[in-house]
Amino acid sequence: MSKAKTDGAITTTQPVKFYQVGSFAVGNRLVDPSLRTVQADAARTNAITSGHRACQGCGEALGARYVLDAAMRATGGKLVAVNATGCLEVFTTPYPETSWQLPWLHSLFGNAASVATGVAAALEVQGRNDVRVIAQAGDGGTVDIGFGCLSGMFERNDDVLFVCYDNEAYMNTGVQRSGATPPAARTATTEAVGREPGNPFDQGKNLPRLAMAHGIRYVATATVADLHDLEAKVERAMDFRGARYLHLLVPCPLGWSSAPADTIRIARLAKESGLFPVFEAVDGEVTAASGIRRLVPVEEYLRLQGRFRHLFDSSGAVAKTDIVARLQKLADANIERFGLLQPEVT
Amino acid sequence: MEKPFAITLDVGSSLANKTGSWRVERPVYIDRLPPCNDACPAGENVQGWLYYAEAGEYEQAWRQLVQDNPFPAVMGRVCYRPCETVCNRAQLDEAVGINAVERFLGDQAIEHGWSFEAAPPSSGGRVLVVGAGPAGLSTAYHLRRLGHAVVIYETGATPGGMMRFGIPKYRLPRDVLDAEVERICALGVELHLNRKVTDLPATMRDDGFDAVFLAVGAQLAKRAYLPAGDSAHILDAVSLLHSMEGASPPRLGRRVVVYGGGDTAMDAARTARRLGATDAVVVYRRTRERMPAHDVEVEEATDEGVLMKWLSTITEVDEGQILLEQMVLDDKGFPQPTGRFEKLDADCVVLALGEESDLSLLTGMDDVEIADGVVQVGPDLMTGHPGLFAGGDVVPAERTATNAIGNGKRAARTIDGWLRGETPREPARHELAGFEHLNTWYYADAPKTERPRLELVRRTSTFDEVVGGLDETNALFEARRCLSCGNCFECDNCFGVCPDNAVVKLGPGKRYEFDYDYCKGCGICMVECPCGAIVMEPERA
Ligand SMILES: Cc1cc2nc3c(=O)[nH]c(=O)nc-3n(C[C@H](O)[C@H](O)[C@H](O)COP(=O)(O)OP(=O)(O)OC[C@H]3O[C@@H](n4cnc5c(N)ncnc54)[C@H](O)[C@@H]3O)c2cc1C
Ligand SMILES: Cc1ncc(C[n+]2csc(CCOP(=O)(O)OP(=O)(O)O)c2C)c(N)n1
Ligand code: SF4
Ligand SMILES: [Mg+2]
Repeated sequence: MSKAKTDGAITTTQPVKFYQVGSFAVGNRLVDPSLRTVQADAARTNAITSGHRACQGCGEALGARYVLDAAMRATGGKLVAVNATGCLEVFTTPYPETSWQLPWLHSLFGNAASVATGVAAALEVQGRNDVRVIAQAGDGGTVDIGFGCLSGMFERNDDVLFVCYDNEAYMNTGVQRSGATPPAARTATTEAVGREPGNPFDQGKNLPRLAMAHGIRYVATATVADLHDLEAKVERAMDFRGARYLHLLVPCPLGWSSAPADTIRIARLAKESGLFPVFEAVDGEVTAASGIRRLVPVEEYLRLQGRFRHLFDSSGAVAKTDIVARLQKLADANIERFGLLQPEVT
Repeated sequence: MEKPFAITLDVGSSLANKTGSWRVERPVYIDRLPPCNDACPAGENVQGWLYYAEAGEYEQAWRQLVQDNPFPAVMGRVCYRPCETVCNRAQLDEAVGINAVERFLGDQAIEHGWSFEAAPPSSGGRVLVVGAGPAGLSTAYHLRRLGHAVVIYETGATPGGMMRFGIPKYRLPRDVLDAEVERICALGVELHLNRKVTDLPATMRDDGFDAVFLAVGAQLAKRAYLPAGDSAHILDAVSLLHSMEGASPPRLGRRVVVYGGGDTAMDAARTARRLGATDAVVVYRRTRERMPAHDVEVEEATDEGVLMKWLSTITEVDEGQILLEQMVLDDKGFPQPTGRFEKLDADCVVLALGEESDLSLLTGMDDVEIADGVVQVGPDLMTGHPGLFAGGDVVPAERTATNAIGNGKRAARTIDGWLRGETPREPARHELAGFEHLNTWYYADAPKTERPRLELVRRTSTFDEVVGGLDETNALFEARRCLSCGNCFECDNCFGVCPDNAVVKLGPGKRYEFDYDYCKGCGICMVECPCGAIVMEPERA
């Protein structure tokens, strides 16, 4: 707000462009429809239609619809999706039903990237460069068993957007640890016992940074909590040819033991605490990061999730202060590395 | 058709799987009561009219506003804004400038000549309203809209009551007041000026009214005994402010002392400054915190050079000088004399010790109960005399124009019911939309717009209006700061965040609907609704 003072008379000037919910909500009746998200559009693709069998409040079901609806708009509906095994495949296609509203192929747990490469090559041979290819997998299918195929796809720069729906464990088979499971999290294979309960520190892989190290054109991270940001990234990814990678944080109420209603809230806190940095990288260099708007300590994020319950006492106060401090350090390092508290970065 | 190896069923859609059967709780759209609406003494649907103003639909906004209050331009200037005090946005950055937008809408209406929808022809009762202040005019307005014939008897030569003879011009320009009063009269209200009612039972009987609304306000200045010399110049604030409407303003002298701590005292002191007083001193027997005057009034008076003397009583008035005794507050907060005195130069003393009602017109009406100088009424605003209703300053209530206008609306409703022989049903009040129901993440940060104020020099030499209005640009901005507490404003969040596509978008103005065939009851929509317009209810077995 700018205030000009003259002899006791106050005059103020305000820009009128204020839309009550800013650019945070899904839609906004006060702005031009072109400025609203794809999800605000009653005619969106609904790539995964109703009746799918994902748990109540599943972040992965939501995230996949967000990504594919945006990609469908960006490509004018000319899109093929290749899916690895995992919840996303299982809950959408129990034989003989399907929820998919676009051409969709299932492959194996570990080879979605290679199958997508094949689809892209086949289209290329047919001269159908207008049809675009997305490969999608859970974090297990991306950072663990699928990593060899994915690394090859990156190296060859195949014309595929690979999307990882990161719910931080192997959910479909009962919540086993993956290379994307965060330290201290309890899973079926990292129980909350011993001196360092849950998943050990200093393990796991940072796939976005590994993707950047391959020098591919475009790498981005996002969460289901910021739809405008996510859709813009999908659209941008579709502007590039060659290998691209999108890493999307999708809370899982079952595996994280969180309230189904809190799925988006938890994703928001992951970003606002600094634990999950949201950024974009072009040709291996970070070009933009989403700044933190309302900084919170990591415990606010952890407290809502049963997989971290062993860090708190029965009243909800932090019990394992040393472990929470180590997690806070990880968040602080992200804030530092990506400049998440500088208002200039958007 | 021949099926491939190991395939026995045709391809089906997951739509066959009605996941609604999983639900243990169901989301339901509700409207909660925004705190501003709850607090408005005039019963305005503040959030409702801001909703239109946000979209730049000013006439629609004004029409929504005048459903409850026919005085937006007046209120947008003199209301003490209980709505802003409770506005949820205050907990985020600053309260929405509701009052400033109200004034903008009121001024737009005057500028563009918007008129009320024509009232239905008078077919119901014939109602007498005694007094054309805000209470009387508001009742008249609402009664006309309900189809009753309304006659107003008013002592004065001009309508408006204390809005004209109390509130000074620098806070309420008279062309604004006139425009809003005329618009009410244009609904077919019969206004008789210079017509004082002295014997109400006789008037009711002789002039054949079915019901009466008593809105005579409080016109008489309270007096206090002050030992005074023969040439001491003492007058009261009510007469001072009243005489400002006449041709020749009174002469007060250079040093004016105002005795009292209410809004009237502030207006008297500010008026004295404008009439040329170099010193205008308000003397009050208690402290600033205990002063009944509203903060804005005290601030504006102080800005204009009015001085305050706390914890003092006037014990003697003489020509050119008064004697003050200093007070202390006792444990209960009552002022007690200290025996310490001081002198203060004063050419005149203006008493602003409150106002009383002249109830002589009720003589002989034994069924009307009077206590503490005011008329006692039930929640329906009816007195003990059947068919005689009362409201505004003449009944026990907060003495503000806003409250008087609200009383007028309430009385119109109950008079209408009484004339029809029905008890009007109180509209159901929704549950309050408290701050805890909001998800404020979705609201962009936006500090309040300040209204421009007149330069100080002109505030002490002229009666020009002090507080300016907003222009289109910043009125729109200010309206858009509203959080729409408890009421859907179609942000599409629920439609976007449902993992099961179980929210149906019905189109502009029509909001949304849940598709309970597929809704699994996860509750994300409830948590992510910015304004708290969704609740989860246990699923019926
Ligand atoms: C100096 C001053 C400043 C104020 N400032 C504000 C403010 O900023 N904001 C605010 O909300 N409120 C303010 N108030 C209070 C507000 O003006 C009153 O609460 C409000 O006007 C009361 O309305 P009413 O209709 O009950 O009575 P009134 O406004 O007093 O109107 C009563 C009318 O009845 C007429 N009448 C009386 N007896 C008879 C009779 N026997 N026959 C016929 N007619 C009769 C009177 O002439 C008068 O016109 C202020 C009051 C004063 C005195
Ligand atoms: C080669 C192979 N090993 C194991 C499995 C069993 N399996 C199916 S899905 C899955 C885990 C999927 O985890 P993730 O990729 O993270 O997806 P999520 O279910 O969490 O979305 C496993 C282990 C398999 N299908 N194929
Ligand atoms: S287990 Fe997690 S990822 Fe899988 S369907 Fe349930 S909520 Fe979604
Ligand atoms: Mg997983």
